[in-house]
Amino acid sequence: MAIKILTEHINVPGIESFDVYRKQGGYTAVEKAIKTMTPDAIVEEVKKAGVRGRGGAGFPMGMKWSFLAKPEGVPRYLVCNADESEPGTFKDHYLMKNIPHLLIEGMIISSFALGANKSFIYVRGELMYVIHILEKAIAEAKAKGFLGKNILGSGYDLELVVQPGGGAYICGEETALLESLEGKRGNPRNKPPFPAVKGLYQSPTVVNNVESIATTAWIVNNGGDAYAAVGIGRSTGTKLISASGHINKPGVYEIELGVPVEDFIYADEWCGGIRTGHKFKALVAGGSSVPILPANLALTLANGEKRLMSYESLSDGGFATGTMLGSGGFIVFDETSCIVRNTWNFSRFYHHESCGQCSPCREGTGWMEKVLHRIEYGHGHQQDIDLLVDVSKKIEGNTICPLGDAAAWPVASAIRHFRDEFQWHIDHPSEATQPGAVYKGEMALV
Amino acid sequence: MTTETNNSAVEFTPDRLEKANEIIARYPEGKQKSALLPLLHLLQEQEGWTSPEGMDYVARMLDIQPIEVYEVATFYTMYHINPVGKHVIEYCRTGPCCLMGGEEVYSHLKQRLGIETGQTTVDGQFTLKEVECLAACGMGPVFQVREKYYMHLTNERVDEIIDELSK
Amino acid sequence: MEDVKPQLVKVTIDGIEVEVEPGTTILQAARKIGPAVAPPAMCYYQPLKGSGGKCRACLVRVAAGSAKDPRPMPKLVASCLTAVQDGMVVENETNPQVIDARNGIVEFLLLNHPLDCPVCDQAGECDLQNFAFDHGKVTTRYEEDRRTFEKQDIGPYIQLHMTRCILCYRCVFTADQITNKRVHGVLGRGDASEIGTYIEKAIDNDFSGNVIDVCPVGALTDKTYRFKNRVWFTKPVDAHRDCPTCSGKVTLWYRGEDVIRVTARKNEWNEVEEFICNTCRFDKKKTSDWTIEGPTKVSRSSVISANKYRADTIKPSFGQRLAAAEYKPIHDERDTSQLDIQQLPPERFAKVLPSAMEPEP
Repeated sequence: MAIKILTEHINVPGIESFDVYRKQGGYTAVEKAIKTMTPDAIVEEVKKAGVRGRGGAGFPMGMKWSFLAKPEGVPRYLVCNADESEPGTFKDHYLMKNIPHLLIEGMIISSFALGANKSFIYVRGELMYVIHILEKAIAEAKAKGFLGKNILGSGYDLELVVQPGGGAYICGEETALLESLEGKRGNPRNKPPFPAVKGLYQSPTVVNNVESIATTAWIVNNGGDAYAAVGIGRSTGTKLISASGHINKPGVYEIELGVPVEDFIYADEWCGGIRTGHKFKALVAGGSSVPILPANLALTLANGEKRLMSYESLSDGGFATGTMLGSGGFIVFDETSCIVRNTWNFSRFYHHESCGQCSPCREGTGWMEKVLHRIEYGHGHQQDIDLLVDVSKKIEGNTICPLGDAAAWPVASAIRHFRDEFQWHIDHPSEATQPGAVYKGEMALV
Repeated sequence: MTTETNNSAVEFTPDRLEKANEIIARYPEGKQKSALLPLLHLLQEQEGWTSPEGMDYVARMLDIQPIEVYEVATFYTMYHINPVGKHVIEYCRTGPCCLMGGEEVYSHLKQRLGIETGQTTVDGQFTLKEVECLAACGMGPVFQVREKYYMHLTNERVDEIIDELSK
Repeated sequence: MEDVKPQLVKVTIDGIEVEVEPGTTILQAARKIGPAVAPPAMCYYQPLKGSGGKCRACLVRVAAGSAKDPRPMPKLVASCLTAVQDGMVVENETNPQVIDARNGIVEFLLLNHPLDCPVCDQAGECDLQNFAFDHGKVTTRYEEDRRTFEKQDIGPYIQLHMTRCILCYRCVFTADQITNKRVHGVLGRGDASEIGTYIEKAIDNDFSGNVIDVCPVGALTDKTYRFKNRVWFTKPVDAHRDCPTCSGKVTLWYRGEDVIRVTARKNEWNEVEEFICNTCRFDKKKTSDWTIEGPTKVSRSSVISANKYRADTIKPSFGQRLAAAEYKPIHDERDTSQLDIQQLPPERFAKVLPSAMEPEP
């Protein structure tokens, strides 16, 4: 039986209530942390665990914590990023909805470790019903003495505030999130200064993803070394993968990092294979912003070895033949999918979600969307493919925040691996615009 | 320069006012502007949309300039800055939902309601909006009405939901 | 009470060394060297706190982070916000990657910016025009619809032509920092963002006119000056008056004997030195209102200097000489007597033409 660090009890009836969660061993990590550990000792365990940020960037969480500035007399903040909006990603939604106390427990431990007395959970506003679930859980935990003043008689105080967003993907970027939390437009800040030095209300702040924070309960209970023993290489622990698209069993799965991509797609335990009667065409492995891969490259590395579900293996080969684990938004495409249409769709997403602050992203995302729309609807020109590549290059790396890269990569990678399909749309517009028409040329279907 | 709109018209109901004050008290001293997004949600829940008068009311409540509220309300897509129907259907148009037949179901929904994106039915019952990813990709196609998610949509399911909401 | 001078740091920009105080940005260090290496800035505006970082026109490559850590920075950085380190090596105009990025930025900014320089009041003193001249292409690759807006009066003195706006946020910072109540801001999101007041409101404040001066393009224009003239036909003169509201230090823009515009004084980077009040700007348009100090120093490369060169200091180019040699008056029978056109003083032509005919020494 595969190890479950986050979801072991998720199917226990009534687990969203304090009592059931507690009966399953919940909040023992808070007790252990607050009664027997120093904040620094907790940071050490998280460092040892080697857990990497689960929001998409994969930055080591313990290292992020150790960067937090600690000037005297200045409050520090922990902010949980629950603004999950990356297309293909719905793991935090699943976790918070079903087992809210796991996040609350992680928040208490993490806040204690960082010396924060007021911590925020910024949840995307569309998930208002989840906000109510979290607020109820917080009230329960407070009533039982796990939150509020003098937690468990330790003298440590903590208030948890659940903050709703207003509908903006960009607020998943940590500095945009902080701006939003301050009641402003979600415009990402220029960095430096980083939030660890000047974050919320200009105070030192750590922003972590829901899944990252939720792991701390297990790490405190079992130790960082035990966590690091799970997984493969520098990809320690487990990861929640939200699987969607043309598979038999879409859903959220907790996997030990290192599972072969092939197993994840085809095993009954997970995706259960490609939609019955269809073939595997392409994969977006980590949310819409990571490069799309054709089936053969998704399953195997350039050297012929099996590709694994890990940070390193998924990015093996760089962008030429690899991609990224990202947020774990695993979108599977079968042979009925039109890559051009999907690329246009993703491009429209980034166009719609660009904050508009810096010029390459504001203007470039719209331009790419319009050109892709033109190609998809049969009005493409021969030079359009090169134009798209060039525009994506002029956005990539030149923007304030990573949204520019996130908008550029799907376009550049789709052209890199499916250029013939774009060309077919341009050369055969009347054929390509027939309802349900899909490129049937040479490609590696599995 | 003062705000021209004389807006005694919009005020929170007593229970919402209590809620609003509770929200404002969540933030550190002097950081009450942080309450802006939650208060706008509260306003929209009460009024059905985010009206200019309501935004001015919230600005006064937080002691900030009205433009600071307008800037925020127009940035975030959840705030309806124009009047809307009784039920606002926010339909996910992003990739993963489309893979599950989201576009076909959307055509059906538009046909069923007899309106296009952004429009409101003549009886004022439904407003149709397209939104980006709602973080429910494995359960697509998806739409949302107020707080409720409707998932695994099919043409038949859409008809049922519309019938139910029309009651 | 001795001033402790901070240790200066040394930074190399395009091969030129300069010493600056710690905390100086790359852009300011480059400006210290001079206009030849100063990166363009469409949004950064030194007098406005928090400005910068948005247009990305000033991107540079840091080839060596510092003497201590000489690794290059992985991405191009916004020079307006990046502080120099001792021993930093910066590549500006000398790096093809930087030039390529800037060409891209111009192209992006021009996607939705109209090509209406011939009728735009800002032409001749427009940051975007200069930037496009340096880094733009003659043709466009963009064939989609451009966003357009209706012109909008915001108060009796200022017109907003949002179609031209490049969303630099300078006017928003100005209203935040030098007026007491901001009524305009950035509304909407992405490429649908716009500057506006949301509900129709006038920007009514003693210092509101300064948004015109800070605007890098012709999006915010002075209604008392609109379509009155071209900036290169005017003559700027520094002047001051005893003003109860502001410093009263301004530039008067003359056309013949008439003051046709009053602006704040700007430094060589086109930045306002001291913000002025609306009374000085909009109401005091008689020479008798002012004490004249003398001609404003204008960079010779500026078109404002055009037609004002002293014939003995400037050498006409081959093209100019050719044009002058082939000059023929145009035969035009249209009746211009009803038009209110101020004639250029004929002596200007007299000065330019003969010298242009002179052989090169």
